[in-house]
Amino acid sequence: MKMHGWGRYPVVNAEVYAPGTQGEFKTRLSVSTDAGLTPRGLGRSYGDSSLGEHMLSSRRINHFLAFDSATGVLQCEAGVSLSDVLDVFVPEGWFLPVTPGTQFVTIGGAIASDVHGKNHHVAGCFCDHVEHLDILVDTERIIRCSPQEHPDLFHATCGGMGLTGMILSAAIRLKPIRNAFIDQTTFKARNLEESLDLFNIYADAPYSVAWIDCIAGGRSLGRSLLMTGDHAVEGTLTLNSKSRIGLPIDMPSMLLNRHSIKAFNTLYYNRIKGVSVKSHVHYEPFFYPLDSISDWNRMYGKNGFTQYQFVIPQAAGHEAMAAILQTIVASGKGSFLAVLKVFGKQNDNLLSFPVEGYTLALDFKIESDLFPLIDRLDAMVLDYNGRIYLTKDARMSPLTFRSSYRKCDAFQAVRNTYGTSGRFISHQSKRLGMD
Amino acid sequence: MQNILIIGATSAIAEATAKLYAADGANIYLLARNEERLKIIAADLKIRGATSVKTECFEANDLAAHQALLDRAYQTLGRFDIVLIAHGTLGNQKASEASTEVTMQELQTNALSTIALLSRLANMMEKQRHGTLAVISSVAGDRGRPSNYVYGTAKAAVTTFSQGLGARLFKSGVHVLIIKPGMVDTPMTAEMAMPPILVAKPEQIAKDIVKGIENRKDVLYTPWFWKFVMMGIIHLPRTFFKKTTL
Repeated sequence: MKMHGWGRYPVVNAEVYAPGTQGEFKTRLSVSTDAGLTPRGLGRSYGDSSLGEHMLSSRRINHFLAFDSATGVLQCEAGVSLSDVLDVFVPEGWFLPVTPGTQFVTIGGAIASDVHGKNHHVAGCFCDHVEHLDILVDTERIIRCSPQEHPDLFHATCGGMGLTGMILSAAIRLKPIRNAFIDQTTFKARNLEESLDLFNIYADAPYSVAWIDCIAGGRSLGRSLLMTGDHAVEGTLTLNSKSRIGLPIDMPSMLLNRHSIKAFNTLYYNRIKGVSVKSHVHYEPFFYPLDSISDWNRMYGKNGFTQYQFVIPQAAGHEAMAAILQTIVASGKGSFLAVLKVFGKQNDNLLSFPVEGYTLALDFKIESDLFPLIDRLDAMVLDYNGRIYLTKDARMSPLTFRSSYRKCDAFQAVRNTYGTSGRFISHQSKRLGMD
Repeated sequence: MQNILIIGATSAIAEATAKLYAADGANIYLLARNEERLKIIAADLKIRGATSVKTECFEANDLAAHQALLDRAYQTLGRFDIVLIAHGTLGNQKASEASTEVTMQELQTNALSTIALLSRLANMMEKQRHGTLAVISSVAGDRGRPSNYVYGTAKAAVTTFSQGLGARLFKSGVHVLIIKPGMVDTPMTAEMAMPPILVAKPEQIAKDIVKGIENRKDVLYTPWFWKFVMMGIIHLPRTFFKKTTL
C-alpha cells in the first residue's frame, strides 16, 4: 500500500497493521521481529517520521478510558484524536492544554512530536501536560512512565518520534473553560521589527501567532498580521456547526506561483484596515483555520510539498531572522502559509523541538531546484544555533540533525536501554542515521 | 432517552453507531465475543455521554443461549427502542471453495445465527408493539458474484428474511431496517485491496444508520451511491457477467 505523510512527499510502499488490543499489539511485535515497525497515527506529520515498510497504526485504539471531572485528567488510548477530545469535552467545559494548528492528530502523535501551539510562551509543549503514558517497548513489556516513573523513557518518548516504542495510552490534564469562544485581536505589523516587537508587547497574551508575508521584501520584509487571543468572557459551550469543504483532487501545481501567492498575500494583509481589530470567534477558526478545508495538502499538486520549520534562539536576535527571511524572499519560493511565533522556555525532553526564541514555518511545493535552497537555509539555521522540526522534516542531513539536536546521543542511549533501537524505526530515523 | 441493544458490538460499524447514540445519552446494552474489547468500549461510551452501559459476552453460534441473553438485556433496559444486529465475519471465499466445512460455518455465522436472533427478537418486539430492528446485511447479497458468493448467500438470506419480517412486524408498529453497506474500511476488510474512493469510513456508515432508523427507512444502501452501483451489477447481462471476476 502506498503511504505518505501530510506533505505527500516522500511516498513509500508499506504494510499497515492495526491491532485492536494490547494482546494483538504484542502478537504483532512477536511476528515482525526482524523488520522494524513504524508507529503511525493520523499521518499528519509532514515528512517521513511516520513512514516505514511496516507501519503500526493506532487507529483501532481510539477509546476514552477514564475521566476525572474534579481534576480534568483524561485517560485515553493513543489513537484518540484531538478532535474527539474537543467534541466530547468542550460541551462539558474542558479544553486542550496545548494544541497544534490541526485537531486531526492523535494523542499518541501529539506526544511523539511533543507538539506546541499558540500558547507555547506560557504553557510549554503538549507533553508538559501529560501526567503519564503507557508504552509498549517489546513483546512483553508495557511500561508506565512519567516525570517520576522511568523518567528517562518518559523524556525520550515525549518528542521521540515514535522511536522508543508504541504509545498505547496516556493521561492528560485538560483545562477548564467557561465557553467555546476566543476574544481575538489582530494587529498589523509593517515589517519584521514591528512584528517581533508586538510579540514582546503582548507577551502576556495567552495565545499569540503571526501570519507573515514571505514574498514582500525591502521595507516590507517580514510584514505580518499578529493574532492574540484569550478564552472569551462571553459565549456558550457549543461546538462549531459550520461544515467542512474538501479538496477532492490534486490541484495543478502551476496554479501556485509567485504571482498568485503575491496577490493572495497582499489581499490577506490588507484585510485588516486599521492598526488592530478585535473580534469574538469560535475556537475552531481561531486554532484550526485550515481544518475547514479537508485535504488542503492537495493544493500543492501531485508532487507534494514540504513544510520547513526552524527555530533560532533568542540570542541570535532579530538580525538572524531577517537574514533567513531575506534569503526566502529573494528565492521567490515563499508560500502563503508562513507562520511566525515566539517560543517560551525549552523543556527537558531529549528531542523536543522548541527552544526559547523565534520560529518560522512555511510550505514549499516540491520542485527540482527547491532542495539547494533549503540546504542553504539549513546552513544559516545551524550558524545561528537553531534547529529544524523533526515532525515536518523530510530531507535534512544526518549531520544537520546531529549538530542541532545535541541530546541525540542521550536519546539513543535510552533506546538501547529499553531495547527499542532497530525495533521501532522510521524512514526518518534511518535517513538521519539513528538506525 | 433511547434504550438500545447492540449485538456484535465490537464491530467497527456497531461501535461507531454506539458512539452517536452515547452522545445522546442513551442506555446501551452491548453483546459481543471479545470481553477485553467490550470493557474498553463500555468505558468509552460512558465518557461520551451514555446514561448507562451494560455488557455481556455472547457467542453467535450458541443459538440455545440466545433467549436467556436477550431476556436479560430486555429486563435491564425495560424495553428495546432500537436493536442493531451487527455481528459477522467477512468470510474467505477461497477457503470456502476449498472446504465445505468452512462454507457451512460461514453460512452458520452470517445467516443462521442472525436469523435465529431476528426470530426471537421479532416475537419480543411484536409483543412490545414498538421499536426498530436494524440488521446489517450487505450489498453482496444483491447478486451472487464469483468473488464472494458464500458471504453473499448468507447476506441474501438475511435480506430476504428481513423483508418478510418487516412486512409482518409493520402491523404491530415495529420497524425493520435492512442495512446494506458497500465497502467499508474496517479491520474485517483491512487485508483486501479496494479502490480507496469507494471505501467508506465506519463513522459515515454510522451516521447513515442513525438517520435511516430515524426516518424509518426499509432498505438503506450506505454510502448512498451503492444503490446505483448494485443496480448496474444486478442488470449486467448474464452472458457478460459470467466472464467477470467481480
